[in-house]
Amino acid sequence: HVDTAEVNPSHSNMSAPPHPQPPAKGASHAAGDFSYVGIDAILEQMRRKAMKQGFELNIMIVGQSGLGKSTLMNTLFKSKVSRKSVVSTPEERIPKTIEIKSISHDIEEKGVRMKLTVIDTPGFGDHINNENCWQPIMKFINDQYEQYLQEEINIDRKKRIPDSRVHCCMYFIPPTGHCLRPLDVEFMSRLSKVVNIVPVIAKADTLTLEERDFFKQTIREELRANGIDVYPQKEFDEDSDDRMINDKIREMIPFAVVGSNQEYQVNGKRLLGRKTKWGTIEVENIAHCEFAHLRDLLIRTHMQNIKDITSSIHYEVYRVRRLNETNGQPNAQPPNTLDSNIKYIMIHT
Amino acid sequence: ANSVDKNARPLSLSGHVGFDSLPHQLVNKSTCQGFCFNILCIGETGIGKSTLMDTLFNTNFENFESSHFEPKVKLRAQTYDLQESNVRLKLTIVNTVGFGDQMNKQESYQHVVDYIDTQFESYLQEELKIKRSLHNYHDSRIHACLYFIAPSGHSLKSLDLVTMKKLDSKVNIIPVIAKADTISKSELHKFKIKIMSELVSNGVQIYQFPTDDETVSKINTAMNGILPFAVVGSSEEVKIGNKMVKARQYPWGVVQVENENHCDFVKLREMLICVNMEDLREQTHTRHYELYRRCKLEEMGFTDTNPESKPVSLQETYEAKRHEFLGDLQRREEEMRQMFVQRVKEKETELKEAERELQGKFEQLKRLHSEEKSKLDEKRRSLEDEINTFSKKKAAAELLQGQSFNTNANLKKDKDRKK
Repeated sequence: HVDTAEVNPSHSNMSAPPHPQPPAKGASHAAGDFSYVGIDAILEQMRRKAMKQGFELNIMIVGQSGLGKSTLMNTLFKSKVSRKSVVSTPEERIPKTIEIKSISHDIEEKGVRMKLTVIDTPGFGDHINNENCWQPIMKFINDQYEQYLQEEINIDRKKRIPDSRVHCCMYFIPPTGHCLRPLDVEFMSRLSKVVNIVPVIAKADTLTLEERDFFKQTIREELRANGIDVYPQKEFDEDSDDRMINDKIREMIPFAVVGSNQEYQVNGKRLLGRKTKWGTIEVENIAHCEFAHLRDLLIRTHMQNIKDITSSIHYEVYRVRRLNETNGQPNAQPPNTLDSNIKYIMIHT
Repeated sequence: ANSVDKNARPLSLSGHVGFDSLPHQLVNKSTCQGFCFNILCIGETGIGKSTLMDTLFNTNFENFESSHFEPKVKLRAQTYDLQESNVRLKLTIVNTVGFGDQMNKQESYQHVVDYIDTQFESYLQEELKIKRSLHNYHDSRIHACLYFIAPSGHSLKSLDLVTMKKLDSKVNIIPVIAKADTISKSELHKFKIKIMSELVSNGVQIYQFPTDDETVSKINTAMNGILPFAVVGSSEEVKIGNKMVKARQYPWGVVQVENENHCDFVKLREMLICVNMEDLREQTHTRHYELYRRCKLEEMGFTDTNPESKPVSLQETYEAKRHEFLGDLQRREEEMRQMFVQRVKEKETELKEAERELQGKFEQLKRLHSEEKSKLDEKRRSLEDEINTFSKKKAAAELLQGQSFNTNANLKKDKDRKK
C-alpha cells in the first residue's frame, strides 16, 4: 500500500506549484490563476460517482436466540431492518436446523443511498447438540464468494457485479461475565479466517462496569490465546496512523451493547433507552453502554474499510484456494471437452 | 435452508444513522492510495503534443524533439508523479513518435493499437493471476486519447480517419485541432463542422462527455457541441496588463492560451481533468477493457455456457500458458548456454592460437639468438686464434730481437775483448 507520507518518484518527480485555489463545482475557476490545473477535482468526481451508484452493505448476525440481535440491528439503522420486523411469524419457533435468512433494504441518508442486507441465522447455538453449527454459516459465506467469483470470471460480465459477500459478521456473546464458551471459541476461530468478525457483548445492561471490564479483558485474552483475529485485524493495518486508531479500538472490543426501539423522556430529551424500575438505560450514552462506539466503528468510520478487507483479502484468499483446488486433481475431468481443445490451442499458438 | 430476498424494500430512517459519511470514507481511501491517469497523444511530429501536455499540467516535462526520419511509428511513455493539494496523481503521457512521417503510412496505426492492447493484456494477466494484487497494480491502460488534427482548415486526412476508426472501440478519443492560432474564427467554425460530419459519416465513435448526471450534464452537453477543441499550447509567458500569462507572441498580436476567446484550451482542461477524469477512467475499465477481455477470452475458446467448468478452464489456461512460458524460458536458457559454450570454445582456440604464435616467435628468436651467439663465438675463436698467432709472433719476434741484441752485445763484448 502506498504510504501517505511518501511519494515514489518514477521517471521524473515534478509537482505542480503549490497553492491552487479550491475548485468551483463544475464551473471554470478564476481565469487569471494559471498555476491551478484541477487534478484535485477528481475527489469531487469520485464522490459524485459514488453517490450516484449507491453503496451495498451485508451484515450477518450470529448468536443464540434471545440475545437481542434483531433489536440491536434496528437500533443501529434506526429502522425496522431485522427479519423479525418484516416477516411476521405467528409463533417464535427455533428451527430444527440452522437457517440463513437474508433481508434487504434500500435506505437513504442525505443523498447517500445504501442497500443494506441483514443476514440472520436463527437456530445457531439453540440446540442441545451444537456441534458443527458453524458449518451452514461457513457454507453460506463461501457461497457468496463463489457467486461473486463466478460472475467475475464470466466472459460477458456485468458492469457492476452485485456484491452479496458478507462484509461483517456480528457475533453476540451472552453476558455471563465469566469467559467465552467453547461454542464461541469454535465459531470465532473458524469464521475469523473467512470473514470480518465483530464480537459484541449482548444485553450488557446486566453487567456492572467492573464486571464488564473484567469480562472484556478475559475475552480479549482468550481470543489472543486461541489465535482468533477479530476486526480490526492487526495484520491489515495499513500504516502507523491506521495502527494507532485501530489499537485504540482493539483495546475496547468486544463492545458491550444494549439495543432498544423505544424512546423515553430523559432530562427533557427523547432518547432511545430501556426503562427499568431502577433507572433508564440510555442506549446512545457512552457512560451507560458502548453502543455508540459500535455504531461509529461499524458505520461512521470503518464501513468502507470493512468492505475493502472483505473484497481485497478474504475474497482473494477464497479465490486463490478455489483456483488452486482444481490444480491438485489431475483426474478431475471437466464435463466440457472444449477445454482439452483449449489446451491444444494454447500450447500450439 | 437459505433464502435471499432479492427485492429490497425502501425503508425510512427514524434518526441519523451516519452512513452518509460513506462517500467521504471512500474518497479518503482513494486519496491515500493516489490516482492513476494515462493520456495517449497521437499526432504528427511537430504538431505540438508535448507543448500542450506541458501547458495542460503546468509543468515542464522532459521533452525530446523527434526527428522526421523515423522508419516506423514508435510510442514513448513517461510517468510522472504530480501533486495538487492532497491529491497525488501518477500521470503517464504516451506520445507517438514519427506518426505521419513515413512515405507509406499503412502500418502507422498498428503500433498504437498494439500498445493499447498490450496495456489491456497486462491488466488482464494480473486479473487472471491466482495470487493477484489489483489494488497495488499500476494501471497503465490508456484513459484518454488526444488525437491532434493538423490545422489545414479543410478536412481530416485519410490517416486521421483510418487511425481513429481503428481506435474508437479501444480508447476514449478526444479530437483536438492543434496549433489553432493559424486558423481564423470563421474558418475554424467551418473546419469543426466538417470534421464532425466526417467522423459521423465514417462511423467513428469519439468520446462523449457524460450527460446523465444533472450536476454536470449541462456543461458536458455544451462541450460536446464544441468538439473538436481548437487548442494552442505554450510554455512561454508574456506580460499582458500587469500579469504574466501563457501566450504566443506574434508581431501582429499575442495569442493567450487561457483566453477562451482565443482558443478552447481552458475548455479542454476543464473537460479532461476537472469534470470528467473519473468518467474517462471508468469508461476505460467498464467498456473498453471489458470489450478487450471478452474478445480475448472468446478468442481463446472460452464460452460462458458451462458454469461448472469455468474456474477449471481459466486455471487450465493459466497452467498451459505457464507451461509454455517455462518451456520457452528453458529453451532460451539452453540457447544461451550453447552460445556461451560456443564463445568459450572460440575464445579458447583464439588464445591457443595466440599462444602458439607466441611460442613460434619465441622459438624463432631463440634460434636467431643462438645463431648470433655461435657466430660471435666463432668470431671470438678466430679472434683468439689471431691473438694467439699474434702473441706467438710477438714472442718469436721478441725472442729474435733479444737474441740479436744478445748477439750484438756478445759481438760487442767480443769486440771489446779483442781489443
